[in-house]
Amino acid sequence: MLQVVLACVPGTAALWFYFGYGVLINLVWLCVLAVGLEALVLILRQRPVLVYLRDYSAVVTAVLLAVALPPTAPWWLGLCGIFFAIVIAKHLYGGLGYNPFNPAMVGYAALLLAFPVPMTRWLLPAGVTQALPDIGTSFALFLDHDIHTGIDAYTGATPLDKFRQHHALLVSEFWKGTAVMGQWSGVGWEWVNAGFLGGGLYLLHKKIISWHIPLSFLLAMTLLAALFYDGGSSQSHGSPLMHLFGGATMLGAFFIATDPVTAATTTRGKLVYGALVGSVVFVIRAFGAYPDGVAFAVLIGNLAAPLIDRCTQPRTFGHSK
Amino acid sequence: MNSMQPKTWSMAGGIQLAANKQQSLQGPIRTALLPPQLIVPVTQPDYSQPQLCVQVGERVQKGQPLVCVLSAQGLAAHAPAAGIVTAITTHAVPTASGLPELCVVIDTDAADTSWHKLPPLDYMQSDIDTVIQRVAESGISGLGGAGFPAHQKLRSSLGKVDTLILNAAECEPYLTADEALLRERAMDVLDGCLILLRITGASRCLIGIEDNKPQALAALRSHAGDPRLHIRVIPAKYPSGADRLLIHALTGTAIPASTLPIDCGVLCHNVGTVFAIARAVLHGEPLLSRITTITGAAVQQPANYEALIGTPIRELLLQSAVDTTRLSQLVCGGPMMGTALANADLPVTRTANCIIAATEPELPLPQPAQACIRCGFCAEVCPVQLLPQQLYWFARNREHARALAHNLADCIECGACAHVCPSHIPLVQYYRATKAEIAEANDKQQRAHHWKLRFDAHQQRKAVEKVAEEQRRAERAVLASQKQQSGTAATLSARDAVAAALARVQAKKAAGDKLASGSVASSNVADDNKDSRS
Amino acid sequence: MTPAGYFIAVLLLLALVQVYCAVTSIAVSKSGVEAISMVDQVNALLPQTQCGQCGHPGCKPYAQSIVSGGPINKCPPGGAATIADLATLLGVPVQPLDPEHGVESPRNIAWIREDECIGCTKCIQACPVDAILGSAKHMHTVIVSECTGCDLCVEPCPVDCIDMLPARTPLQGWDWPRPDPGLAGPVPVATDRMPGTSV
Repeated sequence: MLQVVLACVPGTAALWFYFGYGVLINLVWLCVLAVGLEALVLILRQRPVLVYLRDYSAVVTAVLLAVALPPTAPWWLGLCGIFFAIVIAKHLYGGLGYNPFNPAMVGYAALLLAFPVPMTRWLLPAGVTQALPDIGTSFALFLDHDIHTGIDAYTGATPLDKFRQHHALLVSEFWKGTAVMGQWSGVGWEWVNAGFLGGGLYLLHKKIISWHIPLSFLLAMTLLAALFYDGGSSQSHGSPLMHLFGGATMLGAFFIATDPVTAATTTRGKLVYGALVGSVVFVIRAFGAYPDGVAFAVLIGNLAAPLIDRCTQPRTFGHSK
Repeated sequence: MNSMQPKTWSMAGGIQLAANKQQSLQGPIRTALLPPQLIVPVTQPDYSQPQLCVQVGERVQKGQPLVCVLSAQGLAAHAPAAGIVTAITTHAVPTASGLPELCVVIDTDAADTSWHKLPPLDYMQSDIDTVIQRVAESGISGLGGAGFPAHQKLRSSLGKVDTLILNAAECEPYLTADEALLRERAMDVLDGCLILLRITGASRCLIGIEDNKPQALAALRSHAGDPRLHIRVIPAKYPSGADRLLIHALTGTAIPASTLPIDCGVLCHNVGTVFAIARAVLHGEPLLSRITTITGAAVQQPANYEALIGTPIRELLLQSAVDTTRLSQLVCGGPMMGTALANADLPVTRTANCIIAATEPELPLPQPAQACIRCGFCAEVCPVQLLPQQLYWFARNREHARALAHNLADCIECGACAHVCPSHIPLVQYYRATKAEIAEANDKQQRAHHWKLRFDAHQQRKAVEKVAEEQRRAERAVLASQKQQSGTAATLSARDAVAAALARVQAKKAAGDKLASGSVASSNVADDNKDSRS
Repeated sequence: MTPAGYFIAVLLLLALVQVYCAVTSIAVSKSGVEAISMVDQVNALLPQTQCGQCGHPGCKPYAQSIVSGGPINKCPPGGAATIADLATLLGVPVQPLDPEHGVESPRNIAWIREDECIGCTKCIQACPVDAILGSAKHMHTVIVSECTGCDLCVEPCPVDCIDMLPARTPLQGWDWPRPDPGLAGPVPVATDRMPGTSV
């Protein structure tokens, strides 16, 4: 699973470029915590620690949760999230291979429900604001020092969040009037998604993931978005391109939904699962209360995976079905 | 593919494996040296006690029968070389169980080369039953792997077979016994096909061979003159040689689960078996030897040997210049489905098609199994389209009903799933163990049900017998009282008692008849009515 | 809410329960599913050797005793597997086999040494499943496929010519064992215990 971590590099680099050192601090902090917690639980469960640490599954969980957290996240936010992910979602269900839900997404969803304010406090991307927080400010944010007066200069809603409130404006008017909107989607977010897309293609090339889930995920989301994109009226839910390159789309499609432990495993099941997650992402974005829906969509997909597997059993050789 | 190539059907799943076949095909088939001692297994297919027709100390001729076959299921065995029977004892043989089996140990006599042969048989003129009888007398069982007696397979297929299939796929890596046989003795193999066509009355014989055996294919092509013989080349992919998969590849028929190929008019035989049948019928030679591949990186001269059944594997390894310092594992059969051997003193059996003397890097020892992450690689390679990852959970948790619902019974145990498993889970072992557990549980349940019926019938019989006994007693009482009546004046009360007894007897008799009609008592011995269970 | 209100509410709930019970009982009786008595369910799990080692005359009486609350660990032919099945069916804890009634052993079959048999028919009378063939003053033999291995014929034999031999040779009895669970062995946390001890 080291390859998965490697494949995260381009997307993470883009995040770092557009949102500053906070991304890196989260990453390192969560990796350290994840490995520590994993080792602790393994010791408590009397399992060989080194053998299990070497599968890098804890690191993958940490990386996926870290890139999903806002760069302004204080230390305790990451701690809570990774505790939920590693200890509760993974080990209390029996450890790697036994967890019904994607640990990183359980951690993320728990944080979003428990701490909605810090979880939605994203930074404005580089290019929109002139001053990303420097390394000192990032650390101060991380240590949760009281610098709220200063921080407001950096923070703002994510583009998807903004778009939800375009209300009476035509999509084109909204685009012009909003600084964070870039070429297709949010400034910076386009490159973050491109980075994760690149990493995902690398995983496909290395045959670490199969094409079924990402393709059906992206196809289902694009189709739904195209269906509801009425050319950009004030009621529009945004163009397919905005959805493809906005938020956590590519991260979700290539890195999170493809987690084999929690996804459907039959060939047809993977297609159904990917399509389900992809459509729920769009439904949440367009009609739900949250600006992005990858975490909840994946958890709903996890819930449905056993049923999908059951219904998509292949026809065994010599059986007429 | 040119238009002349007849259609073949592709296999779902399967894996490409490094063939490792060229090592043992460098030279011709070697004749193994006569070992000083032969250990000939005489185990019967059902593991029953065989009737031996030799004794310890007896001198045997080459080809002399060792086993008197009494039943149609029996399997003959012959002395592979002349010598003296020095022991009849159990000896370890290369099987998965590793349990010792009954073997006849012969100290060979190199000077005596006479051969006890049967007369050649003109199979076209002879009665079909005579030909099958010849196959039975020659002690031929499947040389491909399962080791099912050939004559039994032929007998059960009479009048049912339309297509005969010669399995020359030999899809496992390292194995070249069949390929070597075809390169050098394709004529005999094809004669065997003609014999089988005559026996079964099949209209055609399809010869299935993988495309990585060009020399064997050329040999087959140059000798396959009969219009009923059709050569079909299939892509090399493991496990194309599994009989059901090969039948599908050549005919497009997927043999339905829980039926036999014969029920679909197909009979499948392995190259080695067909060769042995040809030798037995045309030359009167019983099955005394087989071609065994000795290969692996730990032998310096990998080759195919024509080895007598019972030759200790050690002898063959020595003839191939084994380097014991590099030897890490000894495997009988292919690397996918073969069994690891405890030592080299085991004898070559009918099914020992290959011995791999592997070095550690060549065939690493199995790594400890890790958790299943449901990656689904196993489902992608499964040639019968099962979901090995699901079956694994059911097998581990002993959920037999769910395992069966996911068609565990259809698993051909090819090992492709375990081969690709990134967590090194011994999947096939789980499936085999679970299949065995299910069979045992079913057996137990059937036995219990049967015994319950027997017990109920037994109880019923006893009830009937009790009634009958009471009736007899009552009749005796009536007779006695009648005698008394003639002498003395009977009292009214006594007469009443007799009348009541008679009425009771009548009622019980009616009830008894009813019970007796349902009874299946197997014993006619009167019961003493003292049994506590009545 | 007034006391009368509470009273009405409770009455209403009880009435609802009554209606529900009536509807389900009608549904069950209409569905054609015949309720299998508990004794028959228990009896179906017993091995039916009719050996009496449990102290009851046959398997069904033992089943009756189990249903009326008796111990479930008195059947040596069924062994641990049967005890586990019974425990699951009845929802009671698994117990080890009571050694007072015998120990678990591989299935046996009775064999009569035929040249020593005097034809007394005592074993035939003892056999609970009529698996012994023969008549007075003639040799007896056991029908192997019918013998439950109950042992009941051994004791009555006046010349001790009956042997209990294993029903299968080791070779016939061999089957693929379960693999070593390796690192995957530990099962989920809730039931983290060593392999082999699970139900």
